[in-house]
Amino acid sequence: MDLLIFQAPILMVQASMDGILLGILFALIAYGMALQWGVMNIINIAQGDLVILGGYIAYFMYLYGIHPAWGVIVSPIIMYFVGIGIYKLVINKVVDRDLFISILATFGISILFMQLMNFAFGADVVLANSGYGTTMLFDNSVVLPNSKIFAAVISIIFAIGLVVYMKKSKLGRAIRATAQNARAAKILGVDTEKVYAATFGINAALCGVAGALISITFTIHPYMGLPYTIRSFMIVIVAGLGNLPGVAISGMGLGVFEEFADYILGTEFRIGSVFLLLVLILVYRRFKLSKKREYLK
Amino acid sequence: MINKNLIIYLSILIFGLAAPFVFPAFKVQLSILCVLIILSITWNIQGGEMGYNSFGNILFYGLGMYLCASVQVGMFFPLAEWTESGGEKTFVHTPAQFFQGFGVGLAVAAIVPTIVAGLIGYSILGLRGHYFAICTLGLGVAAGEISGGIEIIGAGQGFTTPPFPNIGGLEARGEFFYFCSFITLVLTFLAVKSIYSTRFKLVLNAIRDNEDKAEAMGIQTMKYKIIGWMISAFFCGLAGGIMGGLVGYIDSTDVAFDGREMGVFMVLMAILGGKGTLWGPVIGATLFHIFKEGFWTFFLGWQYVALGVLIVVIVIYFPEGIMGWLREKYPERFGEVIDEADRKAQVELK
Amino acid sequence: MKIKNYIVTFVSAIALLLSTSAISFAKVVGDKIILGAAVSLTGKYSSNGVHTQNGYNMAVERINSMGGVKVGGKTYKFDIIYYDDESNPKRAAQLAERLISQDKVEFMLGPYSSGLTKAMAPVTEKYGVPMVEANGASRSLFTKGYKYLFAVLAPANLYLDVAIRTAVELNGGKGVKIAQAFEQDAFSQDVRLGILDAAKETGSEIIIDDKLPKELNDMAATLAKVKVAKPDVLVVSGHTKGALTAIRQIAEMKVDVPMLAMTHCDAAKLSKQHGKNSQYALCASQWHKTLTYKDKWFKDGMTYDADFTKMFGYAPPYQAAESSAALLVFKDAFERANSFDQKKVRDALAATDMQTFYGNIKFAPGGQNVSKPMVLFQVICDSSGKCENKVVAPLKWASAKLIHPIPKWSER
Repeated sequence: MDLLIFQAPILMVQASMDGILLGILFALIAYGMALQWGVMNIINIAQGDLVILGGYIAYFMYLYGIHPAWGVIVSPIIMYFVGIGIYKLVINKVVDRDLFISILATFGISILFMQLMNFAFGADVVLANSGYGTTMLFDNSVVLPNSKIFAAVISIIFAIGLVVYMKKSKLGRAIRATAQNARAAKILGVDTEKVYAATFGINAALCGVAGALISITFTIHPYMGLPYTIRSFMIVIVAGLGNLPGVAISGMGLGVFEEFADYILGTEFRIGSVFLLLVLILVYRRFKLSKKREYLK
Repeated sequence: MINKNLIIYLSILIFGLAAPFVFPAFKVQLSILCVLIILSITWNIQGGEMGYNSFGNILFYGLGMYLCASVQVGMFFPLAEWTESGGEKTFVHTPAQFFQGFGVGLAVAAIVPTIVAGLIGYSILGLRGHYFAICTLGLGVAAGEISGGIEIIGAGQGFTTPPFPNIGGLEARGEFFYFCSFITLVLTFLAVKSIYSTRFKLVLNAIRDNEDKAEAMGIQTMKYKIIGWMISAFFCGLAGGIMGGLVGYIDSTDVAFDGREMGVFMVLMAILGGKGTLWGPVIGATLFHIFKEGFWTFFLGWQYVALGVLIVVIVIYFPEGIMGWLREKYPERFGEVIDEADRKAQVELK
Repeated sequence: MKIKNYIVTFVSAIALLLSTSAISFAKVVGDKIILGAAVSLTGKYSSNGVHTQNGYNMAVERINSMGGVKVGGKTYKFDIIYYDDESNPKRAAQLAERLISQDKVEFMLGPYSSGLTKAMAPVTEKYGVPMVEANGASRSLFTKGYKYLFAVLAPANLYLDVAIRTAVELNGGKGVKIAQAFEQDAFSQDVRLGILDAAKETGSEIIIDDKLPKELNDMAATLAKVKVAKPDVLVVSGHTKGALTAIRQIAEMKVDVPMLAMTHCDAAKLSKQHGKNSQYALCASQWHKTLTYKDKWFKDGMTYDADFTKMFGYAPPYQAAESSAALLVFKDAFERANSFDQKKVRDALAATDMQTFYGNIKFAPGGQNVSKPMVLFQVICDSSGKCENKVVAPLKWASAKLIHPIPKWSER
């Protein structure tokens, strides 16, 4: 127990700000997760590894003298095709199967990716410096790195862009139709195979954006993907499938919860408390539903 | 038929008892294999027979590991001092203390996880499908992270289990742990086999096939689900306790609550062998272990690439596992009579 | 169906191949002395595991090309069997067992990190296999009475001890306020113990004591606390990830502390990855290239640095240097024992008293190296933004004066 946060209330402002900025970034990854879960009914364990791969693209741009911020444009384009490739090779064979099969298959992809990234990019922990400086608030007592603000802004832009795209474009409508009822969509002439491929591609592209942002704000390493996967799970489950504003809100909520848990319980329990929260939320929802003789499915 | 089975069982038993003397260099590998088989058999009770794909059995395994070691130490020495400063102080167990402690430790390691499973069972087993899978995953990870913050069991510095007493020469330690794990394996197998021959298994299968209907027929599904999970927890805890002694060093996330490896491997092994069968997990675990060890030796650093490809291939092409594949190929051997014309018609329909 | 059949055939062929090919090595084959080593090629320690492996390989190549090891009038060459321990203590213990009982290795080199060494040491000890390790610094390794474990490095609790004492000295002998954040693993927690001891002795106060989870790459909360609590010294240790994350976020959050002490600065390539932001960071190191130790294989630190850079394309962090030194120790012990008997080699190892480019090596009864002090260097940048690690303590090797306190971010 650490009570510093109550002695210095300004820390609460700092924690909330940090949490919200962090949460928006998580929400972007979770958005991709929700998309593929909703449309294709698969859970992608390799989500975090796609994020890290996206981060490496930005890092290599940085290494060759290009400003890493351009990574948010380049990385999704490359990752889109990586996503399509993974879909064609593996995912299309698990789409119609039990959800559990997709968990295991993508777990396989995940360890494959980790290892290949380790060979390709080396085992060093790396990062890209954006040189964006810092914003000071409230008489210098709250500091917000500009790179985090940049990351949040870009995440919001991409998320809004995607929502609009889903609503307006032909492919977006096809994706939504497939999510509602794949069979009916097929009968009405939607090429569901193509829709699935595009969905997975878009998901990978979102991961690419998030990865580029993470390489600017945090660090990347071939074996660091799993925490991102699990956090995006958590966000999607709390928000519920197909609930887009919910994803954003629960993402930010998770970020804030993490920061506060860190201050109050101690850093060593930060991740543990997040997972305990996941369990508790699920159990809470289960009991709430069981009153109506229903269950989470 | 009974005779034939008896011969198979006897020969496996004899092989198991003779193995450490025939292949003395492989004792540790064989002990680990036994533990893997136990985990995979117990996972199969939920995942295979009951249709509840759990990623959380690692919780019981890790709990058993920490409990066994803590009891073994705590019975004779102050546990807090044992783990203080990364285990700097040295206490020595006499042989009698070591074995006594280990025995009591194993008993605790089996009983406490069973109780835990019973306590949380009602809440957790009310979830279905992937919500159950993810909830149990969260449970496993949370347990690992939280135990990593608890000082008395070593926290981040890990917990060195009591060293094996200096008796019986170099081979004694390996033999002791091998027989511990082998005997536990035999007990697990027999227990699970006898359970599978009762109505209990039919209830579990009914839950897997359609839980609502099972409930409508008047089966108290929740009771059976919890009992099933408690049986798993019992043997997982035992396996964890033995593994802790075998490894000799417990780390919260990498050894005890090793969800990323053991937690997923137990699922994979069961699927590779064929879930929902008695022998599937055994075969799956054995093959998996041979593969993993082989890749380790010959494809240094590439083992995860090979493993990743293997996993993808298994799940995509053999979701029914080896037993399922055999069953499809040789249905007669499994006591299934299939009308060839009917089968063809079905294949064409597909 | 067809694909399935192919897969089944292929898989069974491989399974057959794997299960029949249990190769057994011997301790000394022909003119080769075979050493066993498990290093982390994958997993969270993989970057440092590779440094360790490179260090070993460099020394093997150098010793072999300079005449090898002379035992009983015959010349032998070193060879190492590597396994990948996947940064996992369970695997490391298993591999130690495997190297010894399946591959029949009789001499071992250590893995990377204290946790893995802690897992392997009981196994090597049981079989009486001498293990010279270069990367397991945890103090508890040396209080267990292990007879066959030798570490060429100074124990972890000494890593940042000097930093605290220096800070107290600069504070006029009065105790200082310390904020610390350590990763939840055996090594970092042992560094923490050293700080606790030093704080107790100097009457310093620890005001923030955070433990970072292994997966964490965000320290914003800890640093925000530091900003509020205003300690005199901030200590961070968490392998390479910890060092990189700390510097990034300290710079971004403009955290002003008079002294910043860390570990793993050179393994993280701090000055290269962060440039000027890493300036003034004080780093504990087992070795630095400017130290004046000498030996006949690598000559001195500068030459080692140059040769290593030529061979592997990056400057050697101390993890590589100490790993190379482990082989020099082995060679020396073999020649003095003039035998391959494990007991004799063990006794020879225990009697080691030599100088290598890496430092003097002499083992205490517990197995730790007692004749080599830790060095502290500070990252110092010139006006053009080029940063270098300059030794500041101990004074004997100091090539620059410690800059203390660190200038505030607003004044940089």
